[in-house]
Amino acid sequence: MAIRVVKPGLSTTVQDLGRPGYYHIGIPLSGAMDRFALRAANLLVGNPEDAAVLEAAFLGPELEFTADATVAVTGADLPPKVDGAERATWTSFAVKKGQVLSFAFLKQGARAYIAVSGGIDVPVVLGSRSTYALGALGGYRGRKLEPGDELPVGAAAGAVEGKTVPSNLRRAPGSPAVLRMMPGLYWHRITEAAGKHFFEDTWKAAPEADRIGYRFRGGRPLEFVPREQPFGAGSDPSNIVDACYPYGSIQVPGGTEPIVLHRDAVSGGGYFMIGAVISADLDLIGQLQPHAPAIFAPATMEQALAARHERRMLLAKMREAV
Amino acid sequence: MTSRYSYGGDEHIFVECDEEMSLEAFFKSLSVTKAVKVARIKGVTEICPANASYQIKFDPDVIRPDDLLAEIKKIESEVGGGHSKLATRIIEIPVLYNDPWTRETLMRFRDRHQSPDMTDIEYTAKINRLDGVDGFIKAHSGAPWFVSMVGFVAGLPFLYQMVERKRQIQSPKYLRPRTDTPKLTIGHGGCFGCIYSVRGAGGYQMFGITPMPIYDPNQQIRYLRDFMCLFNPGDIVKWRPIERAEYDAIVADVEAGKFSPNMANIDFSLDAYHADIDGTNAKLTGALNGH
Repeated sequence: MAIRVVKPGLSTTVQDLGRPGYYHIGIPLSGAMDRFALRAANLLVGNPEDAAVLEAAFLGPELEFTADATVAVTGADLPPKVDGAERATWTSFAVKKGQVLSFAFLKQGARAYIAVSGGIDVPVVLGSRSTYALGALGGYRGRKLEPGDELPVGAAAGAVEGKTVPSNLRRAPGSPAVLRMMPGLYWHRITEAAGKHFFEDTWKAAPEADRIGYRFRGGRPLEFVPREQPFGAGSDPSNIVDACYPYGSIQVPGGTEPIVLHRDAVSGGGYFMIGAVISADLDLIGQLQPHAPAIFAPATMEQALAARHERRMLLAKMREAV
Repeated sequence: MTSRYSYGGDEHIFVECDEEMSLEAFFKSLSVTKAVKVARIKGVTEICPANASYQIKFDPDVIRPDDLLAEIKKIESEVGGGHSKLATRIIEIPVLYNDPWTRETLMRFRDRHQSPDMTDIEYTAKINRLDGVDGFIKAHSGAPWFVSMVGFVAGLPFLYQMVERKRQIQSPKYLRPRTDTPKLTIGHGGCFGCIYSVRGAGGYQMFGITPMPIYDPNQQIRYLRDFMCLFNPGDIVKWRPIERAEYDAIVADVEAGKFSPNMANIDFSLDAYHADIDGTNAKLTGALNGH
């Protein structure tokens, strides 16, 4: 069976849980920006948690089904419609052969996950079906969807409609979103006052927000501790000898606009980083709309591990509920 | 050279071998990451050497961050400074300097450049006191370069020129990054050269272009069938200036599946290199001619 793409939406890509093991040659993890939502969508339609789904950013696609399927939409509040009739999010529903799945306008969040029973069956490349568009790798022909694309779907294993994730188990960023980060990496490059301002100020997600990273604006510029630049680093005080970039790392080119790297991260470069957002909060960034307010909060390793544990417990509860 | 350790969030350990770039710092990064790989530590998912630093990604549900950090420090002390020998390969990269494609692109982004009245080569030649474009090409292609990091985007090599520091070409990045760079552009920023593996944004000065693909996600190109990226950290590159006719011929050969890169296996010793840089380089590049 297959799905025919009538309208692709703004940026809709095939994603699963990603492609570890190749970051040392510049190929990032990729995979869902909101991993919790991807797992939920898959569980709702009876798929393995790591099956490939569609990640639709900001605007939903229009998809024609060539066979019966069970579908679930999680993540952003992007209400699905079957032949024009609205369906609930975070709940599985049936789509019959010949019917069209479309979406109302986005109400909340940024990225919706559209799981189809059987999973999106594009070829596995380096162990994953995820799309890495910058490298034209994986997914559907290495790119976001276009009109007329035909997506293969795998064999479904007994999906049922009407399954739902209770609303207390759905995760979404607050307003402002609180992004916990561990100061570190090149934190010592900024002054104590700059470090204080960074946490005090309210930032806003900039329109330059994609799978590579989220840029933030609105806080005070960071002041640097003066130094003679080391050989090979470049002349700007925000430059370092090009190094690896952790996922979630916060670089601040020129000391002005922090960029948090996400699943399609560039793997390294010459800008200093002041730390990294903890793993438990990365999903939330994927649900920030442009102009959404956010504050950064300092976290210790112990707090980061506790948050990670909490998220795992939430995942366990969600599995049980579904 | 004392290492500085930091956590990058709860899933990464980041180690800066040295603040400044040197072959010693690079060799430390390369030898420690190799040893970490051999140690097969449970919970480690990515091992990434960089120019003068490295990064280990791990799953903190499998190994405690403190335990992994202790393990890495132990490995680093065992490796010490003893690994200055490297069995690697030298790869010849044909380059059309001053080509029409990077020229067209750099003209489009002149307002983002330090010196809008000059091309990137002319500007870099001037600030490095080289004798114009020809003098630049001679300096740039004269000695080999180490692949000291692969990354930014898929398969992109960072290259470190194998000459004394005072002879190393240096240039600032563009004042504001370009939104476009032709695929396979030969670039330069700070003391590092690079080859842009894919088309996209970039801030490095642009000097020329190679007809030889270095990344093929479809794995159709003959020499990229086994793996889609050509380069690994530790490879050595030698540029070979070519003219337009040869550029076109190589492009046609790549398309016809007839092109093979000129490369040779070699043994590199950091001590021998420091004792006689030009002599070591002559031996290394001689391997490309069957010596």
